Amino acid sequence: MKRADYVSTTNACKLCKPLGACLAFRGIEGAVPMLHGSQGCATYMRRYIISHFREPMDIASSSLGEKHAVYGGGPNLKQGLKNLMTKFGAAMIGVATTCLTETIGDDVPMIIREFRKEMEEAGDGPGLPSLVSVSTPSYSGTHMEGFHAAVGAVVDQLCAGDLLCANSEGKFVNLLPGFLSPADLRHLKEIVADFGLGCVMLPDISETLDGPALEDYEKIPAGGTPISGIKRMGCAAATLEFGRTLEGGATAGMILHKRFGLPLHQSGIPIGLRETDAFFKALEQASGMKTPEKHQSEKGRLVDSYVDAHKYLFGKRAVIYGEEDLVIGLTAFLAEIGIKPVLCASGGRGGRFASCIEHVTAGLLETPPMVEEGADFQKIEELCQELAPDLLVGHSKGYRLSKKLGVPLIRVGFPIHDRFGGQRTLHAGYRGTQMLLDRIVNAVLEKAQEDSAIGYGYM
Amino acid sequence: MSSSASVIFQERKDQILRKGQGDFDMNCNRESLAGAVSQRACVFCGSRVVLYPIADALHLVHGPIGCAAYTWDIRGALSSGPDLHRLSFSTDLQEKDIIFGGEEKLYRALTELIDRHHPKAAFVYSTCIVGIIGDDLEAVCRKVASEKGIPVLPVQSEGFKGNKREGYGAACKAMFRLMGSGDTSNISPLGINILGDFNLAGEIWIIRGYFDRMGLQTVANITGDGRVEDLQRAHGAALNVVQCSGATMELAKMMKESFDIPFMRVSYFGVEDMAESLYQIARFFEPKAPGIMERTRELVKGELSQLYPRLQEFRRELAGKKAAIYVGGAFKAFSLVKAFRLLGMRVVLVGSQTGTEEDYRELYEITDEGTIIVDDSNPLELSSFLKEKDVDVFVGGVKERPIAYKLGVGFCDHNHERKKPLEGFIGMLNFAREIHSSVMSPVWRFVPRRKAR
Repeated sequence: MKRADYVSTTNACKLCKPLGACLAFRGIEGAVPMLHGSQGCATYMRRYIISHFREPMDIASSSLGEKHAVYGGGPNLKQGLKNLMTKFGAAMIGVATTCLTETIGDDVPMIIREFRKEMEEAGDGPGLPSLVSVSTPSYSGTHMEGFHAAVGAVVDQLCAGDLLCANSEGKFVNLLPGFLSPADLRHLKEIVADFGLGCVMLPDISETLDGPALEDYEKIPAGGTPISGIKRMGCAAATLEFGRTLEGGATAGMILHKRFGLPLHQSGIPIGLRETDAFFKALEQASGMKTPEKHQSEKGRLVDSYVDAHKYLFGKRAVIYGEEDLVIGLTAFLAEIGIKPVLCASGGRGGRFASCIEHVTAGLLETPPMVEEGADFQKIEELCQELAPDLLVGHSKGYRLSKKLGVPLIRVGFPIHDRFGGQRTLHAGYRGTQMLLDRIVNAVLEKAQEDSAIGYGYM
Repeated sequence: MSSSASVIFQERKDQILRKGQGDFDMNCNRESLAGAVSQRACVFCGSRVVLYPIADALHLVHGPIGCAAYTWDIRGALSSGPDLHRLSFSTDLQEKDIIFGGEEKLYRALTELIDRHHPKAAFVYSTCIVGIIGDDLEAVCRKVASEKGIPVLPVQSEGFKGNKREGYGAACKAMFRLMGSGDTSNISPLGINILGDFNLAGEIWIIRGYFDRMGLQTVANITGDGRVEDLQRAHGAALNVVQCSGATMELAKMMKESFDIPFMRVSYFGVEDMAESLYQIARFFEPKAPGIMERTRELVKGELSQLYPRLQEFRRELAGKKAAIYVGGAFKAFSLVKAFRLLGMRVVLVGSQTGTEEDYRELYEITDEGTIIVDDSNPLELSSFLKEKDVDVFVGGVKERPIAYKLGVGFCDHNHERKKPLEGFIGMLNFAREIHSSVMSPVWRFVPRRKAR
């Protein structure tokens, strides 16, 4: 098959690095994400994120102008930090860089050290928020690299190595879920709690980006991983980290492993039976407890529905696109139910995408699907012409392609800009898999029903 | 007032005004305060939104992926033909391009995309990073233009070089380079250019319909449903009508200077401003077009006789309700203040991202006592004002929506994402319907803000 190599990018299948960092910082209690760069970056990302979550998403900016680009943005960054302290009462400020400040060479860690020193000298030391910085130049990597870099930076900069752990704290695990929906995160917390384990989930956007109606606007939305919890992560029984492409990398889980000797269980995002089994197995190990009946029943119902659904799905050709780890999880699941993934595409270029896809489909597919790294929608569309998929699985930016091809789009992940409830989409666990399965079967049935002139009342 | 005092930065105090408390004194048009979470965007954003609706041009963003990704299909600017503008093109600069320069990649990307899409022209947007690494956009564009035989126009829109307004200027400069080259021989003496309308939800088609009925010929849509060839012959028009205070005024001024085309400010929002705009245009053409005034009167009368009875129904229920406005350019706010008055509602808060002193002075004139007027506001201020004034409906854009909704306040999107036309006489009806459908919804009875009473 022709696989043209284009210089230009058309309709990107990725977002920029600082956006991921802002999302991760939003999942920490009392934290305000801040971008060191020009005002537009913050505003664009806010708009993009708000349109998915339908929630406030404040991202501060150091609002650099032309003279700062020449003389350095340090003074503006410091002023911004101070304003966030006084007006927002931030407990933490997560500073992510942008392409502008990376290129003019601002040394953000140094500026923050200076700021801390200046504040201490002025007697404002005790009220100083935690300050975390992460380097996220938008010209290398995607929003997912930015997300993971921010999580790594939080752990690296807040988890001091000389931690004393007391037995009285109770047994808990660290859960590093990656970028999942608020509904997913709530479900994961429920699962961990059902094993009788405490949990520090980092980051945790389950409340901060899906909160209740309020009488007063919160300067910083309630919820998120407590900073006190982050500082105790070194005392956990184990760390569970999701994302197959992360294995072996310098991730937050690896930092905790190296700094505190914590056992690290890295696994795929728990979508589908096998990846979810791996997650439950890790919890069984960490807790010394068997999977509770409630979850065994959920698994049982899921297997039962695999059977009920199999005839509708066998051999259907799917194109899956989006963030690498989400695509891997989805592909693992789709292969289990007899769908034939024909293309797995991502705008990311992590380098491990193809081998992970091969791994999760081994034994279920005769040949692994075509895998495209660094893909945009131009390329995905061209490949679709030949692959003739029956359905697309990915975020809402594939809508126009699905319309053109006349095939259903199963909306998952981020962003979902053209439907309601993206933040409440459940993908993870047996329960999330069940919901995905129901949606996929119904999309296939709806298409068959619509395409038929008969108007079947039973499908 | 005490509640809002705690959220207002010392540095921003003179950017907020309460009518009736002292004289008009407003500081505006300055850089956003670091850490204040301004609702503003950047220079690139300004250029991108203005040029975006030109549907048969290639719009290539030269920079890392974010700038292009966040502006993909961002505006509901409709086209009656080609829709190349709805695709998002980027050079997606990588680290090695930053080190060695992005000119070669830009050249190859431009060539590739022009060969693939055969656009009538190409706009190449500069982003922050390009301003820093110093790529010579002008030279690359010149080279590609001569090789491909179409205009290739650099847009100097480095994000950090100001705010959205500078971006409007850069867009105007780029468009101006197209003008003067097209054939103007078949343009009537009653030719008109529509500036500052972006054809959201098909609005420019409504306005063009009015102009047709008045006997005018629309030469160029700038830029809603825009075409490169129309821009190239726009200098053949007799008049520029300019809506949207910031976006295209600079272009009108350049066209006045170079082609001696007069311009006038208009607004198509609300009944009063819509009618007055049409009359103003009719008065301009009256010496050349006898009968235009009568035709215009007939048009307005016909539209109003249909509109008013229907508006009254909404007015009955909306009278006395309170509205807040926060928009990009202040000019839209003028019309909205009047439109709300027509519905019997009170505007208690009005602000903009990029208003000028002149704009705020006018807002001060047309608003009621006690109204808060604010420049370059932020979520903390806006939410405290909404609460203080017990607002029933807030008009703004996507970034303002969650502020209103979180507090249980109605909202009307008067920006890029609207799907129903709000311009013209029919637009006023749509506006009234939308305000009504938000204010009168039963859901507000269940939100904490109302329940607490």
